[in-house]
Amino acid sequence: MGYANFLYMKEELSLVAVIVILLLYDIFGSQKSLRYFQPVACVLLLVHTLVNLLPSGEAVAFGGMYHNTPIGNIVKSILSFGTLLVFMQAGNWLQSEKIIIRRGEFYVVTLSTLLGMYFMISAGHFLMYFIGIELASIPTATLVAYDKYRNKSAEAAAKYILSAVFASGLSLYGLSLIYGTTGSLYFTDVPAKLDGSPIQLMAFAFFFVGLGFKLSLVPFHQWTPDTYEGAPTSVTAYLSVISKGSAAFVLMALLFKVFAPLVKEWQAILYGIIILTITLANIFAIRQQNIKRFFAYSSISQAGYIMLGVIGGNALGMTGLVYYVLVYMLSNLAAFGVISIVEHRSGKVTIDDYNGLYATNPRLSVVMMLALFSLAGIPPFAGFFSKFFIFAAAAEQGFYVLVFIALLNTIISLYYYLRIVKAMFINKSDAPIAGFTSDAYTRVSLLVCSLGILLLGIASCVYENIGRFSFGM
Amino acid sequence: MEYSVLILLLPFLSFIALGLLGTKLKPVVAGSIGTAVLGICALLAYATAATYFSMPRMDGVREAITLFTVEWLRFTDTLSIELGILLDPISVMMLVVITTVSLMVHIYSLGYMHGERGFQRYYSFLSLFTFSMLGLVVATNIFQMYIFWELVGVSSYLLIGFYYTKPEAVAASKKAFIVTRFADLGFLIGILILSYYTNTFSFDVLNAGDASLFSKAAGTTFMGCSVMSWAMALIFMGGAGKSAMFPLHIWLPDAMEGPTPVSALIHAATMVVAGVYLVARLFPVYSMETPEVLVLIAVVGAFTALYAAVVACVQTDIKRVLAFSTISQIGFMMVSLGVSGMGGHEGLGYMASMFHLFTHAMFKALLFLCAGAIIHAVHSNEMSHMGGLRKYMPVTHVTFLIACLAIAGIPPFSGFFSKDEILAATFEFSPVLGVVMSFIAGLTAFYMFRLYYNIFWGEESRHEHTPHEAPKSMTMPLVFLAAVTVVAGFIPFGHFVSSDGTAYTIHLNWAVAGASVVVAVVAIAIATALYRKKSPVPDRMAAAMPGLHHAAFRRFYMDELYLFITKRIIFNCVSRPIAWFDRHVIDGFFNGLAYLSQRASYAVRVIQSGQVQQYAYVILLGTVVIAALVLWLL
Repeated sequence: MGYANFLYMKEELSLVAVIVILLLYDIFGSQKSLRYFQPVACVLLLVHTLVNLLPSGEAVAFGGMYHNTPIGNIVKSILSFGTLLVFMQAGNWLQSEKIIIRRGEFYVVTLSTLLGMYFMISAGHFLMYFIGIELASIPTATLVAYDKYRNKSAEAAAKYILSAVFASGLSLYGLSLIYGTTGSLYFTDVPAKLDGSPIQLMAFAFFFVGLGFKLSLVPFHQWTPDTYEGAPTSVTAYLSVISKGSAAFVLMALLFKVFAPLVKEWQAILYGIIILTITLANIFAIRQQNIKRFFAYSSISQAGYIMLGVIGGNALGMTGLVYYVLVYMLSNLAAFGVISIVEHRSGKVTIDDYNGLYATNPRLSVVMMLALFSLAGIPPFAGFFSKFFIFAAAAEQGFYVLVFIALLNTIISLYYYLRIVKAMFINKSDAPIAGFTSDAYTRVSLLVCSLGILLLGIASCVYENIGRFSFGM
Repeated sequence: MEYSVLILLLPFLSFIALGLLGTKLKPVVAGSIGTAVLGICALLAYATAATYFSMPRMDGVREAITLFTVEWLRFTDTLSIELGILLDPISVMMLVVITTVSLMVHIYSLGYMHGERGFQRYYSFLSLFTFSMLGLVVATNIFQMYIFWELVGVSSYLLIGFYYTKPEAVAASKKAFIVTRFADLGFLIGILILSYYTNTFSFDVLNAGDASLFSKAAGTTFMGCSVMSWAMALIFMGGAGKSAMFPLHIWLPDAMEGPTPVSALIHAATMVVAGVYLVARLFPVYSMETPEVLVLIAVVGAFTALYAAVVACVQTDIKRVLAFSTISQIGFMMVSLGVSGMGGHEGLGYMASMFHLFTHAMFKALLFLCAGAIIHAVHSNEMSHMGGLRKYMPVTHVTFLIACLAIAGIPPFSGFFSKDEILAATFEFSPVLGVVMSFIAGLTAFYMFRLYYNIFWGEESRHEHTPHEAPKSMTMPLVFLAAVTVVAGFIPFGHFVSSDGTAYTIHLNWAVAGASVVVAVVAIAIATALYRKKSPVPDRMAAAMPGLHHAAFRRFYMDELYLFITKRIIFNCVSRPIAWFDRHVIDGFFNGLAYLSQRASYAVRVIQSGQVQQYAYVILLGTVVIAALVLWLL
């Protein structure tokens, strides 16, 4: 084994370095110096993100276990950037009582899950992929349970870990069948042996559960609302965006590269799942009162839209998906940034609590409105363009009915997204949330998100640059 | 000449600045900024003109210079929209006209609009209009022209409706916008047809005289005419809308609801001649590919000129008289283009049209600004409230008289020269048309002097307070424009602008000139006899022909006809069914969707039980169902 192989893994290695530094800092830093944990973590992650923006070519290491692609690097950069935004928003919550003594762990554990996602993205072997997905899943449970003295948090974690374990088990079962029928777990070897025999189809269906669970596609979605509601808000934001984005990309890469011979079958599966996911999630979202539960259903339905980019199997879809993940990340983090700070300052989490927010906190309301408009896909915000590209990719492959159903659902989603806008801007309240000033980190992160929502759609270079590295089947 | 870009840029910046800062600025400051910017623009335009016209000709032809161009929107490899600045004789001339009149209007408005609510808004709109109009004339391609064409329409809409609390102004602005928009629909379709067949928007390419470019369009016929003719006729429709040609003229008289300086700028000197400019811009195409459309243009122009002149004779609102006079004069320009050929003496009509555009812009702006001063003094638009004003407003009186003499075609004022060239070109094309146009010229002299005597002579009506001369800021532009009107006729215009870019020396056609002067003098004499002192003759003449007089006063019922067509026919037969479809089918569909979602969201509550065992069952069940479906259905 040549140690030179490690040089190809610069993203993973630099992330491991960040984790180790933070871990040592957490253990050996004095109580006084630990006050600076948030800035230190943010700066380190920023450096990591910037370093990895340097272009790196395609590389295969460790005998094909590790496979690095340019588009994968773009996704990694997007994910680490999103994590940075989450870190900036998490500071408030980590300052609170009972949490403050464990604040360092939050950063370390979160970055560990990010490392798992990196491995998922760059895997060249199913074993590597499985290690990656588990590394991304198990620490997440500890994050969800971070407020362990709060029953809801503990319950959310229990539901998450049980569902995750169950889904992993099914997925692993599928993998074992794949190994049994093809004799290999290398991504490069498996496609040639896939002939669509019944046992392989069944294997694929079981394998699919693992990523379906991470993406919270219907019918693997039921843990989502409970977990999102119970988890600390920053963790919910992380789950809804980073975890989901990585799973979406990995699913697409696997379907394109490994399961290409089964394209007819997986397109049929996705077809049904997309319709179910978007529609059911929308119908549930209409009635939610708790804003975090509401965003859980919103994120389920957004995952359904993301799958529209996968189903076509073309390069346009891959570009659309990565772009969608980026835009969705900014929009959702803008929304969660507002939810997080509002919850921290006032303890309020239902939609009715947001009545009259514009009168007391106009700037936060405008950020929230931008986020919601972008999620609903209203031009000229970035969300419109991301939806447009995804729809175009699916329509190009002739999935007109599917696109039409998705469009109808957009209309429904418009209703429930605007409900919150109406609450903030139009509804009157006897006891509105009092006006407050946010901390600098939250402000910067919200500013970045808002600028992204406003400018990403107009700056065509972003989409074009992603498009340069995309590939289809 | 790169600085010419600034001519376009400065008004735009001024619009943004005044629009954004708005009421934070003091009115005086806002007005001064707008005026100063326009002053700079005018100087730059003069410099551009001086540089451009002093450049040596290439093979005896004035070259068109594309100052810069950027690709803006790419449709196909061969078809893209560019934005740029094109300088050629007519665009440079228009730069001078627009900046000059606009500057005068800016200065004038400092006095006229003093103390009005929304003074800053007024100046920002004026800047927007100036920017759009300048962009229109320097367009390098027909699509860029269309963009600015619409911007001009919008700014005209905003300025007509400036007094938005007045219902008439709101109605007038809507009317102007809708009528011109309707015409622009034809324009757009024409552009699309033309570009579809020729694969270009660029004026350079279209006007290069390459007949093979149009062979595909000329070879295809649609409803008996070649597609080429359709395209060019539709493009002319856009021009007819903006230039208020019959039957699309109905918006212009109503547009007089806007502030009077706006009427002078937009509805007399610049925007309304955009249609003439458009035809001139594409003149080589019209002349060589579709001469039949040119004939159409000549006929429409002549009829409009006659119609508007007749109506102008009986109007009593002084701004309306001027509005119809404008329509009539633009008709002259259109006729002149319609009868023109390409090159040398053939191109006399083209040159005359542009010349008249230039002189008319000056003296018509002057007339409107005078009218503004008069209205400012007596607070009414009605002739009956005026009379005998020459004693109170000497400067206005003299400048108004100069403008009247110019438009009537009395030498040595500028209108005489340009109108004479038009008549000469018309006579060469067809003596019948020439006689008709001479008659209209006579009518023009008649109604202008009717207006003049009614305002400045005749019986003094009782005023609530004594009318007074306008302030300096208002009289200065009057004097300047009057001076231009006096000398502009002596410009050797043919050396600057001609159909093919070669130098053309104007020779007065003494027979035509003599006849037209005689006609004008006779017409003025009649007007003097009838209106200089209060006389019963006009009333008796009106009473003798009640039908004609009333019809002319009601503008030959054109507005009623439009109302009948839109309200009775289009609203009932087209709009109502569509509205029904919209309300019941489209809205019904979405209401149904909303109802269904609501019901469904009630029904599905039970699925989410909160029990993690059930979640696991659902996952397992889902997996099995998926596997089963894939196995058995595919």
